[in-house]
Amino acid sequence: MANQQLNSGNPRVDIEYRRRKSAEEMRYQLVSFALMIFLTLIAFAAVAIEGFTSWFTVPFIILLAVVQVIFQLYYFMHMSHKGHEAPSLFLYSGVLVGAITILAFSTIIWW
Amino acid sequence: MHADEKFTYETWPAAPEKSTLESKNKFLGFWFFLGGETVLFASLFATYLALKDKVPSSSHPLAKDLFELPLTFVATMLLLTSSLTSVYAMYHMKNFAFKKMMVWLGLTALLGLGFLGLEVYEFTHYVHEGHTFTSSAFGSAFYALVGFHGGHVAFGLLWCFTLMFRNSKRGLDLYNAPKFYVFSLYWHFIDVVWVFIFTVVYLMGMVG
Repeated sequence: MANQQLNSGNPRVDIEYRRRKSAEEMRYQLVSFALMIFLTLIAFAAVAIEGFTSWFTVPFIILLAVVQVIFQLYYFMHMSHKGHEAPSLFLYSGVLVGAITILAFSTIIWW
Repeated sequence: MHADEKFTYETWPAAPEKSTLESKNKFLGFWFFLGGETVLFASLFATYLALKDKVPSSSHPLAKDLFELPLTFVATMLLLTSSLTSVYAMYHMKNFAFKKMMVWLGLTALLGLGFLGLEVYEFTHYVHEGHTFTSSAFGSAFYALVGFHGGHVAFGLLWCFTLMFRNSKRGLDLYNAPKFYVFSLYWHFIDVVWVFIFTVVYLMGMVG
């Protein structure tokens, strides 16, 4: 277990180390929150400012959404931590099935 | 370590969300559920994309006639911020600060409540404009997708309030820490789905 290795047997040392670790993680999470707000603003601006063709805007805002969701998953939901192999398997299997479904449903109305 | 053990700030484990066998199983099971939710929401998105703007007559409002950027923007900011407040709650949970965790959870729920209020206002507005669940295939697909997300928010609020109420006098231990953690995962996942809803439904609806 990853968390057991953190215990040196000296509670004071562990506490110091863990406080520093969680402060560091909090910093990453705040940075990802700022980035997520920023990406949201760009996406809304890309739609609010007229003059872009939808051939540019649609793929662009979808890309922004995907990047934002990656931040959410890896920093807010801790998928960047150790011990998330099974969660990754579950989630990406879901994404794969979901992507095929979306592909099928949106191509069936084109042809 | 077992669920009923009393802890202090010094003895609190580094990963309280998976320090017992039960919580390890809970963690795994919940991620499996989130994988399933991904498929569920993806099929609702697929249905929406296939049926977008499929209306029976030219008098029926289309996506670009209905959606308004400011309302969607405020709702997005509320939900995004509530995701951050639940991150703060988990930060305090890991530091064994029960009261601070409860305060941030309360804030999370309030922001979620604000989001839900906006959604109710939005839906009643649409109904007055003739866009209902049964008015068109577009309407059915729209309310199924966005309404299902709103239902998830409502369930999340109920979950959050129940957790806070039930554990208000208990303090933190390895019995309830995983429960709070799993709730925060759920809440973040709601925000993940919303990111795609505001992009695919609202922003792409405005683009045409």
